[in-house]
Amino acid sequence: MTLPTLETINLLAVMPVLTLVGWGCLVLVFDLFIPATRKYWTAWLTVLGLGLTAIVLAVQAMAFLPGHPQSAFNGMLTVDGFALFLQAIFLLAAFVGVLMALNYLPRRGIERGEYYTLLIFTTTGMMFMSMAADLVVVFLSLELLSIPLYILSGFARPRVDSEESAMKYFLLGAFASGFLVYGIALVYGGTQTTALSGVVKAISGSAPNLPLAIIGLGLILVGLCFKVAAVPFHMWTPDVYQGAPTPVTAFMSVGAKAGGFAAMLRVLVAAFPAISGEWGALIAVIALLTMIVGNFVAISQTDIKRMLAYSSIAHAGYILVALAAAADPKVAPFAVSAALFYLLTYTFTNLGAFALVIAVEKDDGTGTLIDDFAGLGKAKPMMAAAMAVFMLSLVGFPPTAGMVGKWFVFQAAIQASNTNVLLLIVTIVGILTSVVSAFYYMRVIVVMYFRDGAGNAVMRPPLAAATAAMAIGTLALGVIPAPIFQMAQQALLKIAG
Amino acid sequence: MAFPTFLTVILALPLAGFAIVALTPRRFEEFIKWIAVFFSAVTFVVSLGLLAQPFAQNGGLLWLGKAEWIPSANISYALGVDGVSILLVLLTTLLSPIAILSSWTNITERVKEYYAFMMLLEVGMIGVFVSLDLFLFYIFWEFTLVPMYFLIGIWGGPRRQYAAIKFFLYTMAGSILMLLAILWLGINGGTFYLPDLIANLTIPIETQRILFLAFALAFAIKVPLWPLHSWLPDAHVEAPTAGSVILAGVLLKMGTYGFVRFNLPLFPEASREFAPWIGGLAVIGIIYGAWVSFAQTDVKKLVAYSSVSHLGFVMLGIFSFSSIGIQGAILQMVNHGISTGGLFLIVGMLYERRHTRELDQFGGIWKVMPIYGALSLIIALSSMGLPGLNGFVGEFTILMGSFNSPELGSVWFTILSTLGVIMAAVYLLWMFQKVYLGPLDKDENKKLADVNVREVITLIPLLVFIFWIGLFPDVFFKLMEPSVQALLQNIPAVAMK
Repeated sequence: MTLPTLETINLLAVMPVLTLVGWGCLVLVFDLFIPATRKYWTAWLTVLGLGLTAIVLAVQAMAFLPGHPQSAFNGMLTVDGFALFLQAIFLLAAFVGVLMALNYLPRRGIERGEYYTLLIFTTTGMMFMSMAADLVVVFLSLELLSIPLYILSGFARPRVDSEESAMKYFLLGAFASGFLVYGIALVYGGTQTTALSGVVKAISGSAPNLPLAIIGLGLILVGLCFKVAAVPFHMWTPDVYQGAPTPVTAFMSVGAKAGGFAAMLRVLVAAFPAISGEWGALIAVIALLTMIVGNFVAISQTDIKRMLAYSSIAHAGYILVALAAAADPKVAPFAVSAALFYLLTYTFTNLGAFALVIAVEKDDGTGTLIDDFAGLGKAKPMMAAAMAVFMLSLVGFPPTAGMVGKWFVFQAAIQASNTNVLLLIVTIVGILTSVVSAFYYMRVIVVMYFRDGAGNAVMRPPLAAATAAMAIGTLALGVIPAPIFQMAQQALLKIAG
Repeated sequence: MAFPTFLTVILALPLAGFAIVALTPRRFEEFIKWIAVFFSAVTFVVSLGLLAQPFAQNGGLLWLGKAEWIPSANISYALGVDGVSILLVLLTTLLSPIAILSSWTNITERVKEYYAFMMLLEVGMIGVFVSLDLFLFYIFWEFTLVPMYFLIGIWGGPRRQYAAIKFFLYTMAGSILMLLAILWLGINGGTFYLPDLIANLTIPIETQRILFLAFALAFAIKVPLWPLHSWLPDAHVEAPTAGSVILAGVLLKMGTYGFVRFNLPLFPEASREFAPWIGGLAVIGIIYGAWVSFAQTDVKKLVAYSSVSHLGFVMLGIFSFSSIGIQGAILQMVNHGISTGGLFLIVGMLYERRHTRELDQFGGIWKVMPIYGALSLIIALSSMGLPGLNGFVGEFTILMGSFNSPELGSVWFTILSTLGVIMAAVYLLWMFQKVYLGPLDKDENKKLADVNVREVITLIPLLVFIFWIGLFPDVFFKLMEPSVQALLQNIPAVAMK
């Protein structure tokens, strides 16, 4: 094992995440001196930090990266287009997360500067996850991602459901991390390395103990499937999403999911392509179950946060379809791009939907039933229109981003179904469950426009700006997806070094 | 290939109208109405420009354009018209201003949203008829559901919500399998561009059958083909007048157009195999529609079921696989749009005055509203198929085409359909007698105002075409013939004219 030198550590390559980490520490300290009535300064400080990180990311993307993935920290991190695309998604989610929390936290009486620091740190965890080139980094970044989220879930402290959600998330998450670590250990046992590049060589070549490594992969998948809320590891999702403060839920549903998928994509596609036939079938079955369970159980929900939680499970299923399609090496590039693109469209759409939930939610945390949206069409037409756009995008209805995202995923799946007939069944089920999902998404639209109600909703400027941006993004990506999709296609998944 | 500028302009005009209406504050209702009428009228005038290029003798596509949209998925932005679609585009652009004009005094609540949706709907409908890329077609196809759903659901009758959601889910569920078929075609054909697919793709017969059925399901629900028609009476009856005019006048044609544009050219062998079956369902629809129509007491429902009957003729004509039959079918699509659109307009005028549609509530209306009675008579006779008016030309050519059709295989299709012609006379004359003739014994009817200028203006264009197509149909046949011939030439071993 070579000793790390300054060159192999390559700090320049990881400048974005380093900037954010540094800024997070800065905010943590500064927050001590910010008076309790002016905690929004912490928020704006965070926004500044995120902006700075985004600039550094952009510079890196344009100047240093084209075509040449770089490796950092002695080969434990790889900075390629894939990582950059995902980091952009994470920063966007974090930015909107701050905007959503700005007025929500004081309204609920839970305004604390720690919210923003935790948000920053969990984002850094996600960013590390996207760059992971070593299983240990996968584990570390998963923990760095999750632990602040556990705390954030319990942020609405006096309320029991918030504390319950934090407890549940923490216990189940810790358990899942345990599976992950054990899996990593078994892979190490089976291949004598934890570096993904080493694993890929070992699996396709001469692994000392291949079955052990494969069992290890299975356990790793358990841990990661928990994170993305795939069936049957999804039980935590509805309760945690419902109990956590809504901005946290919004951020979690998008960021943690993207982070989890980043890891799954890297581990499966880049490290274990040799046994892609096996894990392809496994992921296809998980996708099937996830889409079915997520969509069907969402129908009976009356609370919008719970409904969006099950919808989140369902959408994880659709992304898993893309992952299953990536098992076919010929289709893998297109499938990975489809998954990335879907994550982006899901980010826009879901953040927007949750922004509306925040607007309708009352100060004491109630007001999250679907019926609370009644009359919104008349009382607040712009907000209702935005929510309608988000609901249609979640269904996958043209001309929204959700439709294009689903299209690419299904296209990848059908292309791959030449080698895996299971994928054809999965695609058909995916399309049919999309119709089923129309039922509960349209219900929100029906309630907004066709039921009489107070239609109380309050949107302060930061939230309104975020919602508008998300709505425009959803429509724009639906009509002109090509530039962004091309970016996703250039985000090649390589293991450096 | 070039960018489809002219057709994009035609699509952009109603979209511009939508944008202006959306940006106008809702209190400027008069301005909004004038903008809507202006833009839809301008669209009609501009669309007449499509006739400027003579239709090529080989039935080629005109005003063709193909621009890159999502190259990595082989999706292009391709538009074009030929003899099959030009009449339908003109029908759409003709009926839209008429429908908008007919809502002038009818719609008093949420005026801005209403006209915004009408403009959006027009964009969607035109888009369906001019799209040459399957993905683009699918987007426009699904997209028309959203404005129609809101038009029915917000401004409709007492059971509007039920009718709207039934319409939406029924149609969407039907199109979802079409999505799968489109994906299959695009992936296996290497492109989603229709002319290339027709020219290059050879599909084995077993797969053809499945794909044919997938497309046919979506289109059959739209037509509607018996027994998939149960959404129609509810949707038509509960929709506002203009909604019914557009629904019957244009949206139903999207289904029949789909058969001609996609099923026949892409799956020729399967189409010929299924012809007798579809013909059978069509004949059942003709007779069933007429039979149930006669039993109705609600005038609007009577007209709604008559649509099922009339479009059965169209389907029979299409699947007769004869040039004259298909041309007759396309002409009948236009005729149905004009006459049934007209019928809904006159029913709407009566409803606006009396707020009831029950046949018993009327009687002797002609005495009080002479001009209205005369106009209604012409429209009713046109729908009935009186020689000299448009309906006769369409029905006669369809029956001629189906008489000796080897694909249909039996003269009984024609014989039973002719029964339908007689039954149409029965229910329409019955309706006319109950409403317009007979004693004027209800007091409420004695003081009804005759049609005003605006209402006459909405009906005049229809009357012009009723007589024009009825007396001088040749110019319309000349428009269609090259394209229909070209279509049939691509279907192997086609029999007589």
